[in-house]
Amino acid sequence: MRYLRAPAAFALALGLIASACGGGPGTTPTSPGATGAAVSSEPFVMLSTQLNTVTESEALRTQILSGFTAAKVEFRGETAGPFADRIVAESKTKGTVGVIGGLHGDFGALDLNLFEDLTPLATKLKDRGFPAEFMELGKLGTTRQIYIPWMQATYILGVNKQALQYLPSGVSVDNITYQQLTQWCKNISDQTGRKRCGLPAGPMSLLHRLIQGYMYPAYTGGLVTTYKSAEAATLWQDLKNLWQYTNPQSLQIDFMQESMLSGEVWVGFDHVARLVKAFEGKPNDFVAAPAPKGPKGLYYMSVLAGLGIPKSTPNKSGAEAFIDYMTTPAVQSKTLTTVAFFPVIGQTLPADLPAHLKIEADGVAKQAKHPDAKVALLPIGLGAKGGEFNKVQLDTFQRIVIKNEDIQKVLNEQAAILQTVMNDTKAPCWKPDPPSTGPCQVK
Amino acid sequence: MAVRAGRALPFPARIARSEAALPLGLLAPTIIFLTLLILIPVAQAILLSFQMVPGTLGLEAYRRMIADVAFVDSLKNTLLLLVLVVPVQLVLALAMALLIHSRFPGHGAFLYIFALPLAISDLAAGIVWLSIFADTGYLNSALNGLGLTTDPINFLSYENLHLVLGTVIVAESWRATAIVLVILLAGLQLIPREYFEAADLFGASRVKRTLLIVLPMLRPSLQSALIIRTIFAFQTFAVVLALAGRQLPVLSYEAYDWYYNNRNEFIAAAFAALILLMTMTVVFFYLRVLRVKDAEIQR
Repeated sequence: MRYLRAPAAFALALGLIASACGGGPGTTPTSPGATGAAVSSEPFVMLSTQLNTVTESEALRTQILSGFTAAKVEFRGETAGPFADRIVAESKTKGTVGVIGGLHGDFGALDLNLFEDLTPLATKLKDRGFPAEFMELGKLGTTRQIYIPWMQATYILGVNKQALQYLPSGVSVDNITYQQLTQWCKNISDQTGRKRCGLPAGPMSLLHRLIQGYMYPAYTGGLVTTYKSAEAATLWQDLKNLWQYTNPQSLQIDFMQESMLSGEVWVGFDHVARLVKAFEGKPNDFVAAPAPKGPKGLYYMSVLAGLGIPKSTPNKSGAEAFIDYMTTPAVQSKTLTTVAFFPVIGQTLPADLPAHLKIEADGVAKQAKHPDAKVALLPIGLGAKGGEFNKVQLDTFQRIVIKNEDIQKVLNEQAAILQTVMNDTKAPCWKPDPPSTGPCQVK
Repeated sequence: MAVRAGRALPFPARIARSEAALPLGLLAPTIIFLTLLILIPVAQAILLSFQMVPGTLGLEAYRRMIADVAFVDSLKNTLLLLVLVVPVQLVLALAMALLIHSRFPGHGAFLYIFALPLAISDLAAGIVWLSIFADTGYLNSALNGLGLTTDPINFLSYENLHLVLGTVIVAESWRATAIVLVILLAGLQLIPREYFEAADLFGASRVKRTLLIVLPMLRPSLQSALIIRTIFAFQTFAVVLALAGRQLPVLSYEAYDWYYNNRNEFIAAAFAALILLMTMTVVFFYLRVLRVKDAEIQR
């Protein structure tokens, strides 16, 4: 099992931000088709679990794909289920999907033999400056390069400036614990009469990631091994307390930005790409802050998306040229400015970063630079059981926080289901749980 | 009549044979369509629900379905929506159909207004109602503007599930009453005018005409409308999803969630099989209770 090392991610984020705040322009872009061999112009589909909202897809089509001229690329955004089904179905026939864009976990959920080995392409692109950890993650524990890193993101706090006056005394928004966050939300609720803190807990939200990559590690220093520990019980009690002062509409919130723009939420915790529209709509009203910290530190999740080529691709040379194009410094910068996902190559950011992206980049930088910051990874090795793994955390949330069931009883029962998932997949522990031989065990 | 092989049939017999084949020929496209797109997938789905443990047929998927945190709630909510929404829609649609059928001036405009929701997709309808019921939605803005409230009412809060259920009922009634209306209106227009003329001749009041002529004659249409609406009610999904998120789980959402988010097609198939079983039970009940006897039609 390979981990993304915290110092490396930290250095990368630092580099990003240093340049975001006044760095020079990017290096010379490489032209499409620079991978050597002649590029076929056979059209193909780019199938992606990322950027699948209408506005994101449209931005990608008009501003990024339009610059790739070697072959016609049609973008199709999909949710994880149909995404996996289409790739598997196309592997049994002549495919139309040439390139696949997905999160690390989306690739891990599929049979890795469905993908071309991109090692030769990775060798050609080695001057791009992908962090070695990202390239290792792209191998998914094999010796083959399954995907080439494409873009990255994380989760931070979006804060309406009106909320700052209600911070508990002596507490800085850039260095706040989960308990202080609760006190802050209580102050806002008590003094304005409205619950204006938000957790994304809607049906399409990423709440499970906040539990997996932020709260559990921050309280227990682990996730699977510590699932029913005493520290975990404290975490859930604290989350219940926070929930009392959280906007009850949170159960419908999938993207925090809409509730923040409407003023229903002042302090919202979400994926940067689900906050950025708020910063864009009212750049003078918002600041971004690091995620809260817990007794074991400020854990945050680094979300990595990659580009892979299915063996059923109708145009392999075109797909390789396309991945080459998507990872050029110019297109990586364009990806940040159009869809708010960060570059994965060691490059400088554009100096003329728009205000909303500067807010976002500041928040990400503060999080990475925080003295207690540590990186947690997306679940690894769960394959198709990734969904059932997420359901364990979501069900625990429903039962403890919404239905007020006994914390330890729920944790014991859900831990048993969690153990079944781990045993079924035989997945070893991943960071921040300590490495294991054999399936990760709940203690 | 025996026909010897190898000889051309006499002319009248050829006609008789082609007439016998005609109904089959006309039915064939429907039968092929239903077999390929409905019967085979249904059989596959039911089979899938028993195949969770590889290599064996068993009830593991059903065991996991019943053990699911949301199972009891989703079953309860689905039935509750069925019991609450379908009667409301039936009464509303009947009133609207009678209004339009009375042919008062401008009735055509009403038909268009009432039928409007038919053209809107489920999810879009859900989002329209979300923009009405949200904290900063149209309803709260209106109440605030009229000075009736100072703080917005949380219509969609998990703390008050009755209110959430109420909003779903309103939205669902708005969205799906139109289809019932269209069926009932078509049924009304099929009632021969002679019945009404005879009723007028005997001096029957409007109420009597409705009770003694319209409702009995409308029974086949009511039956169709009830069956269609019940099937839709079991499939209620997008409106609930938009308005209530996860706080009001329904069976069809759980099937979707298990398939798309949890990636377990076996448990999803178990939920689908349960929905099918419940739908068929209710439809069978309607067919028995609202059965239209041949004698009644001829009376």
